[in-house]
Amino acid sequence: MPHDDTGTHTPGSAIDYIAIEQSPDFIAHKRRHRSFVFPLAVAFLLWYFAYVLLADYAHDFMSTKVIGNINIGLILGLSQFVTTFAITTWYVSFANRKLDPAAEKFRNELEEAERA
Amino acid sequence: MTVGDPILNISIFAAFVVVTLIIVLRASRSNKTANDFYAAGRSFNGGQNGTAIAGDYLSAASFLGICGAIAVNGYDGFLYSIGFLVAWLVALLLVAELLRNTGKFTMADVLSFRLKERPVRLAAATATLAVCFFYLLAQMAGAGGLVSLLLGVNDRVGQSVVIAVVGVIMIAYVLIGGMKGTTWVQIIKAVLLIAGAGVMTVWVLALNGFNLSALLGNAVSVAGEGILNPGAQYGVTGTSRLDFISLALALVLGTAGLPHVLMRFYTVPTAKEARRSVVWAIWLIGLFYLFTLVLGYGAAYLVGKDTILAAPGGVNSAAPLLAFELGGSILLGIISAVAFATILAVVAGLTITAATSFAHDVYANVIKKGAVPPNGEVKVARITVVVIGLLAIIGGIGVQGQNIAFLVALAFAIAASANLPTILYSLFWRKFTTRGALWSMYGGLASALILIIFSPVISGAETSMFKDVDFSWFPLNNPGIVSIPLGFLLGWLGTITSSVKEDPRIAAEMEVRSLTGHGAEKASSH
Repeated sequence: MPHDDTGTHTPGSAIDYIAIEQSPDFIAHKRRHRSFVFPLAVAFLLWYFAYVLLADYAHDFMSTKVIGNINIGLILGLSQFVTTFAITTWYVSFANRKLDPAAEKFRNELEEAERA
Repeated sequence: MTVGDPILNISIFAAFVVVTLIIVLRASRSNKTANDFYAAGRSFNGGQNGTAIAGDYLSAASFLGICGAIAVNGYDGFLYSIGFLVAWLVALLLVAELLRNTGKFTMADVLSFRLKERPVRLAAATATLAVCFFYLLAQMAGAGGLVSLLLGVNDRVGQSVVIAVVGVIMIAYVLIGGMKGTTWVQIIKAVLLIAGAGVMTVWVLALNGFNLSALLGNAVSVAGEGILNPGAQYGVTGTSRLDFISLALALVLGTAGLPHVLMRFYTVPTAKEARRSVVWAIWLIGLFYLFTLVLGYGAAYLVGKDTILAAPGGVNSAAPLLAFELGGSILLGIISAVAFATILAVVAGLTITAATSFAHDVYANVIKKGAVPPNGEVKVARITVVVIGLLAIIGGIGVQGQNIAFLVALAFAIAASANLPTILYSLFWRKFTTRGALWSMYGGLASALILIIFSPVISGAETSMFKDVDFSWFPLNNPGIVSIPLGFLLGWLGTITSSVKEDPRIAAEMEVRSLTGHGAEKASSH
């Protein structure tokens, strides 16, 4: 086991992690992960702060009524909920389809190498 | 002012506590190893764990605090709901799975994977304790307000006694049940809270012809047009507008640095289950925050701002007062019991996190350097639970009458300043060094704490902890806008000025593990 009882890391495993990390397969796996989560994280943060700034500095615009008493502020606020749910669903489907199979392949290879 | 029948309120509450304690006792039978006590044997599935995360997260601040903020301040209170929810995307996309793959019990496990262990653990444990402490104070303030409303206890001494009783029950919960017990409490409580809020939401909507626009119109007829528009609370001056941004920043970046939320990623067997947990949590929490919007405007319409502010517990009493308006004493009793259980459960979750952090990170790894006698760590964790319980009781008595959602936002600001930069750097930046971690954690923590101490929260304003003295020089109530960027900046600065480089082999190992799940702690079988 690479962990001791206190949960700390003990080096000395036979696996050459640097070689794995620099292998084309792993680099591709890492890029797949980051090229999905980074742009998405930037996008939802920008959208969130755009909302915050509007609610903070564009009171008249946000107070414009659209349907009955429902104003733009409420619609934009509720659409933050919608985008959060949508991003969640999108990421999960991406991770299940693209990330998990690759991660499992690496895991099996590593476990084999550790036994050897 | 007394609302409802105190005896009925307390009977319903007591019945709930007895039932949950029995479940805790049953769940705790197989509680033997450290793995069991902290991580519940990693035996929960994603759905159960996600519900427990929602239970941990939906604290008194979410229910009592947000409902009250919307009822009294209108649209500006809605920011809490949005920030608290969107924040989960940071956890889902950037933190949860990678953390599950590289750690064991606490945040510090991940940080110390490739950084110098002892100083990093000490810093992480210090930040964890600070966040937990502020979060606990907020829950205690909520408990005091709620019970004073339920029992008609208006005097300070009576409320102090009540807080002490809550503290004792909470200590019992954690000592008997450990993490497995508290996970069950969180699950039960989350279901009750969401169901209770759901029933009230449908009820309020039914009274308004299931028409949101009609509900808003009715709220306007009582409270005036301003309740629907942004700016009622934060739009007053340039400083208060800046405070709004500061709050928004703390809310969205705080969640992924909250130690008791991070710990929940370890109570599942795999990263995939950790992901599933967060997805469950996001749906449940999002649903709940939609309810709070209706409940907040419902309280503004049916109860009215002046009645809310005049009640014991003030702004935090909007939700229970609305329950009384809808269903009389019985609904008030049930909803109050649920709210009370919410506080109790969150307090238990926070306490066990703080205890784990101290026992595992400070005692086992820093003081004893890993040479711990069998069960020694669990023993220290139990002692820590008692100590933290006592501190929370004293602190809770100190902050009676403070606004809960706002107090919790301070804990979020500390978490976002002290924890999040280091977590993100160590997961995504290979060159990150021990010095970067220490500067970021201590710098973020110290700046957040100092700015809070010298803000209007503590002194100089009418709502301050100390009204009669004024030593404040920081104008904003939330320190996030300064302390969060500072935490990130210091992490970067500490790293680029480090003369010592970290071991590239371990950095490689951590990266491989975080993305593949290789070597991750498995579920224990028994």
